[in-house]
Formats: sequence, structure tokens, C-alpha cells
Amino acid sequence: MIEAGTKLRLRFAKEGRAVYISHLDLMRTMQRAFLRAGYPLKYSEGFNPHPVISILLPLGVGAASVCELMDFSLTAPLDEAELPERLTAAMPEGVRALEVYPGGRKVKELKWLELEGVFEYDARDPAEMAAGLRDFFARPSIVITKKTKRGTGESDIAPAIRFLSFSPDEKRVLLRGVISAQEPTLNPEHLANALRQLAPELAPDFAEFRRLEVCDAEMKVFR
Amino acid sequence: MDPRLKRILPKVQKPARYTGGEYNQTVKDKDQVELRCALCFPDTYEIGMSNLGMRILYHTINSMPGVWCERCFAPWEDMETELRAAGLPLYALESGDPLKDFDALGFPIGYEMAYTTVLNMLDLAGLPVRSADRPDLLPLVFAGGTSCCNPEPMADFLDLMVIGEGEALDNEVLELLRTAKREGWTKQTYLRAAARIPGVWVPSLYQPEYDEDERFTGLTPLSGAPETVTKRIVEDFENSPFPTKQIVPSTEIVHDRVNLELFRGCIRGCRFCQAGQVYRPVRARSAEKLIQQGIESLQATGYQEITLSSLSSSDYRELGQLCDGLLDYCVPRSIGLALPSLRADNFSMDLMQRVQKVRKSGLTFAPEAGTQRLRDAINKNVREEDLLESCRVAFAGGWNNVKLYFMLGLPTETDEDVVGIAKVAEDVYRLWREHAVNKARGVRITVSTSCFIPKPHTPFQWAPMVTKEEYLRRVKLLRSSIRSRAIVYNWHDAETSEIEGVLSRGDRRVGAVIEAVWRKGGRLEAWSDFFDHARWMAAFEACGVNPDDYTLRPRAAGEPFPWERVNMGVTRRHLWREWELTQEDRLSPDCRAGCVGCGARALLGCCPDHDVEMGGESA
Repeated sequence: MIEAGTKLRLRFAKEGRAVYISHLDLMRTMQRAFLRAGYPLKYSEGFNPHPVISILLPLGVGAASVCELMDFSLTAPLDEAELPERLTAAMPEGVRALEVYPGGRKVKELKWLELEGVFEYDARDPAEMAAGLRDFFARPSIVITKKTKRGTGESDIAPAIRFLSFSPDEKRVLLRGVISAQEPTLNPEHLANALRQLAPELAPDFAEFRRLEVCDAEMKVFR
Repeated sequence: MDPRLKRILPKVQKPARYTGGEYNQTVKDKDQVELRCALCFPDTYEIGMSNLGMRILYHTINSMPGVWCERCFAPWEDMETELRAAGLPLYALESGDPLKDFDALGFPIGYEMAYTTVLNMLDLAGLPVRSADRPDLLPLVFAGGTSCCNPEPMADFLDLMVIGEGEALDNEVLELLRTAKREGWTKQTYLRAAARIPGVWVPSLYQPEYDEDERFTGLTPLSGAPETVTKRIVEDFENSPFPTKQIVPSTEIVHDRVNLELFRGCIRGCRFCQAGQVYRPVRARSAEKLIQQGIESLQATGYQEITLSSLSSSDYRELGQLCDGLLDYCVPRSIGLALPSLRADNFSMDLMQRVQKVRKSGLTFAPEAGTQRLRDAINKNVREEDLLESCRVAFAGGWNNVKLYFMLGLPTETDEDVVGIAKVAEDVYRLWREHAVNKARGVRITVSTSCFIPKPHTPFQWAPMVTKEEYLRRVKLLRSSIRSRAIVYNWHDAETSEIEGVLSRGDRRVGAVIEAVWRKGGRLEAWSDFFDHARWMAAFEACGVNPDDYTLRPRAAGEPFPWERVNMGVTRRHLWREWELTQEDRLSPDCRAGCVGCGARALLGCCPDHDVEMGGESA
């Protein structure tokens, strides 16, 4: 049992149809799921109390993950072994609570993101594409144009890529890799955007990504 | 998930509304299911999931063993474009299966401006929009909801309509369809058999007749269809199904909260109000039951807000007890309680302060008309002194935001009545100056007007609308009569009202106009983004239909109406008597003060002058 008021960290998966739930909607969904499961979230004090929950690394709409982390506290003691099953039962399809534990490392120590992806090619040879992709992402500098709040800006994404591998199958190229999660943050969508901007002949007809694990600067699993 | 859909979703706004998978959705094993039904709401997910009727029907249909009911909503413009470009037919959210493979598609239609959307959804599903062009029994395309109380405008598109309350009737229609499917009936055989179920209207079994001046003269029943179809209602409302395990959308919807239905029907007899007439007789749930349903719903959904809904919540006898019971649960859990549709005449400081414990919202009143004479003529039983007293209490209690709703163009309205609206608003402002506890915060009084639209099955079904030009003249008159800067005046455009006026009292010929508008791109027209008045005018022209004939023409006492063969409980005799009282500026009592013999009690098989009970058995 964990004492009431302890800082807790939840690891959860967001897959299937749930990948289309936006970050903001997920926060609302979490609040409601905790209530449904009978876990009283601790609220902030003040004029407009709201549950103090924080998702460490917001996930883009359309991307899946099996390593999402969320910090929260409860106003009641917690049987941590029981939480994953009970909370998952209160979630929409595709969101699964995996484990909960007290504390957790400081957010700023989170550095790398392990991911996999699928690049779909409707009318091109995946083996040829995979070869091209390996060459492209081996470039020392990959400068792309990004839309920011103040118009557009240029950014080199190459330093944010630690490692990427590409393996073709029938109609697709499967991607595995490690990219920077923080400072700088690299949204995996920019891997496909880089191709659209700099090497359209390699740009996939459709790309999707899945977060597999979060790691610290030494590539040790972050918890 | 369909790989084509997977590619579309990242490109559209708010994709979560097109995926299903929400908490509490119903999923059944396809192999164990004999009949598959989809409720197709002709508006967006955010609107449709906020509709209590949709949630009740989803629950009651899914309570049938072997029947699986799913949901579908109208896609927004971007999604429609993507679906059409990808050649992906409209699908149901739970299974993702195309609608055209279903056995029954049910459209809840509560608003006439949704008609073009019904056609568009059929087309997106890959189905012909006209019933006659769908020779097969399956999928059966049916509809229900308030708009069906005039079945004629949509008669050519729908196979069947359910008149009255769907939870009292839909399951019978589907049970017969299950038999028809199993035994391989033709569509014709099924429809003729279905027409014998009380409350079922089969449009193809009624032939509209017109005279040499092309004036509608009546509907002739064919193939043994009943002379009149009487609406079905839930008789035991206390124990009627109410889903407490409701779907919780994973994306924000319009009414993102628990919605408790206090009672159905309305004791008031406002002569302009279709809901107040067609949902009669009044049937209430006990406070005890409602508190239990409210708490269960909050627990099952995790919602942090609950609202009370009905046509006039302050007429609920046990309102104090209900609020206390709910607040006992809500306050310690920071759950908000909202009270909409309060009337000005019995609004109390006490109730306000109790609700205020959790959240303080603005106040909304609907006096509807600017003078007592006109309020009496429309039978809006609100006296100006009651409204002002309510505002005085509210201002003294710290409120500083009041919204006042009115209609322009009501029958018998004169310029004096229009200017009277400004006077009411100025009086409210004066009260604020006299009674406000904190004047430094200022006050905001909002006056809104909409254009009156006569509706079928109301005493005003005989009344003409005013022209758009006349409505705007009255808007200008009112605007120039408002002096105070604290009063903000908003008016709705009259163009939508004009079209809604035609569709409300239209006959079958209006169906061709609906189709013509849809063919030119009309859909989602309840949204100003997509409403195009010129497109309607062009369609009227092309179809040889004169809209003024439906909106501006006063109806004669004995004139046959396209909705004549639908019996909503309230008799034509009663409606005509109320229309006559309008001309004399005379009020009728509400159901509690005395029975006016409207006829609706007969639906319960009771003596018509039996006293109406509100708030359950103990009341």
C-alpha cells in the first residue's frame, strides 16, 4: 500500500483507436477514468480547483505509445498492484494502465525516445526506398522548415537523431530508431516531413509511429 | 480500422469524433447478432452525442438480445471531402462497418434544418436518397423525432417514421424487421405489416391530393394503412429506461455532462411552443429516482457536472428536494449542478443560493414578448412583476449577467409590443442600479430576438409568419428603442427562419426542394457556415414551389394540413380554441391550475379531466 498524498507516476499505453485522442482530451479522459475507477485524484487548491495531473511527454495525435508517463497524487491510500487492471477497465478502448510507482526520476533527466515506425509506399519498391532512406538519414545535416508560432523557422534535425534503421517488407519500410525527446524535441513526424521537403522521391505515402521506450542521456530506461 | 480511414484521420479536424472506441460504448459479437441497426444523427458528433434521445434509444435498442445498435454522425466538411475522395462509404463508429451493410438506419430528426443532412448521409453511405429507389428491404431507412410530426416534407426519402417517443416503439419496429429478414419478406410486405403497429407511419402508404389550384386537400391512406396514426408514449415514465452507464466521449462535446430528465411534457400551454404541445401529457420521475439515477450516472461516467433537463424545470414539484439530494453528493466532490430553463415566475433566492454553492452562472429568462397583452395572447404565463422580482433577487444576490430571450413576429404583435421589449430591458437595468450589491463589477443585460415560426400541432399552425423585411423593420425599431449602454441587443437572421417556416408546415412537394438543395451541396444547414439562403431560393424556383404560400398565407379554419393524419394527442378542436383565445388576448390555465381538455390525457387511457400529477406519485 502507498500512503495518500504520495507523488505517483503511471506508465500507460495509448494505441489503436485511442491514438486519435488529443493531449487535452486525454487529460480530461484521465480525470474521468480515475473517478470511474474510484481513485480520488488530488486537486489543486484555490479558486478553481482542478486535479493535479501532468503527462511528461505529450504525444502527437495519430502516434501510438507503450511508454507514456503521467504524474499525479491521490487523496486515499493506494494498492499499487491492483491499479493497472482496475484503471484500464475504466479507460476508453486503446488506453491501458501498465504500472504505477511512487516518485520517479526528474523530468529533465529524460532525454532519448526509442521508437518504431512504418513508412507505406503504394507504388515504389520498399527495398529501394530503404536503401535511399539509409543514405538520406546518414547526412550530417538535415535542415527542414518548420512552422512555429511566429511563422516558419529552419532547423537541423540531424543532431536529434541518435540512430535510425530501415528494413523493407512487402509494401512498407519498417523503421527503428532513437531520437531526442527533449532539448531538442524531435517530433517523429518531422522524419517524414524532412523527406517531403528534401527528398520527395523517398517520401512515404503514409507514415505512422509508435513510442517504445523513454531513456535518459546514458540510454538507461527512464522511470 | 480500414487502412484508407487511417490515412484520412490525421488530415481532419478533431479525428477522435470519427473513431468510436469511447468508454461505455456497446460492442456485440457479430456472429451472435441477427439484426444490426445504426442510429444516424443528422448533425455532428458533438451535437448528436449531446442529445439525450439518442442516448436513450441507443440503450433501449441495445437492450434487445440479438440486436446491435451502433452510432453514426454527420461528418464535418473536411471529413466529408476526404471520405468522398477516398471512396470510403459512411460507417458506424463501434464496428467501423459501412452503413449500407446494416439492416436498419434510424435518423433522429429534431430540427427541420437537418433534412438535407439526412439525404447527404444516405448518399455518403452509398444509398439512393429516395425510398422508391431502394427496392430492397434492407437497410430499412426510418426516422423519428419531433420533426416527424409533419411527415410530409421527408415522405419521399424515408421508408418509415415512428411517431412519438422512440423508446416506446422502436423495438417493435425492429422486432418485426428481424422476422421479415429471417423470412425473406419484400420491402412492400414489411411496410404494410409495420403500418399496423400503432405509432408507425409509412409515407408511401399515404397519397397526397391537390385541387385544381394545386392546393393541398388531404392524404388518402392506401393498402389498408390507418386513417390516423397516434403517437406512442412512455406511459410509466418513472420506470422507463434511463441509461446511467452512458458513453463518455473521448473528445469534448457540446453538453459534456450528465443530463437528468426530470419530466416529459410541459404543464404550460405556450401557444407558439411545439414541444410544449406535442410532448403532452406531462409525466414526471420522482426526486428519489432522479437522485439515484444522477448519482449512478456520475459514478459510471466520471463526469464532473450534472444538469437537469425538461421543458420547464422550475415546474418540477420536488425541485428543492431533488437539488438538495444531488448537492449532498456533488458539493463534497466538487461536481457542478446546472439548472437550465428556469421560469421567471417561481425563481427563488433559496434555490439560487443552493445551486450557487458550487458554481454561479448567468441567468436566462425567456419572457418571449414585450408587453403583458402579447404575453397573454401567446399564453406565456409570465407576469412582468414576477420577472422583475426575480431579477431584483438575483441582483441582490450578486448576479450581474442576465439574458432575455424574445420573439419578433408573433401573431397580433404591434409596434407597441416591440418597443415593450426595450422597456422590459430598461426596467431590468433600473433594478440593477437600485439593488446591485457590487456595482463596480458592472452589469450585462443581453436581449436576443428570433423570428417567430409557426409549427404544426400548435395553436399557431394557422398563423402567417411576418416577411423578412417586416422582421428587420421590427429589429430596427427595437434597436432604436434601447437606450442604455448596459443592454446588448442580438438578433437572429430571418433567412434561416423563413426556410424553417417552409419546411415545418410543408407538404410533400417541399421534398423536391430539399433534394434540389442537397444536390447543390446543401447539408449541415443548422450551421450558419453552411446555410445558403440563395440556394434555397433557386431550388424553390426550379421546383415551382412558392415559399410564401407556406410561410405568409393565413390558414382557414377548416383547411386540411399535411400533418392532419398524425395525432400527437392534442386535438385540433383544442388548438383552434386556443387560436381563438389568442385573438382575444386571453390566457388558458396551466395543467395544474385546471384542465383545458387538450386531449393528451387520452394517451394514458385516463379520464381527460383527471388532475395532472407532477413530481411522482407522492406529489
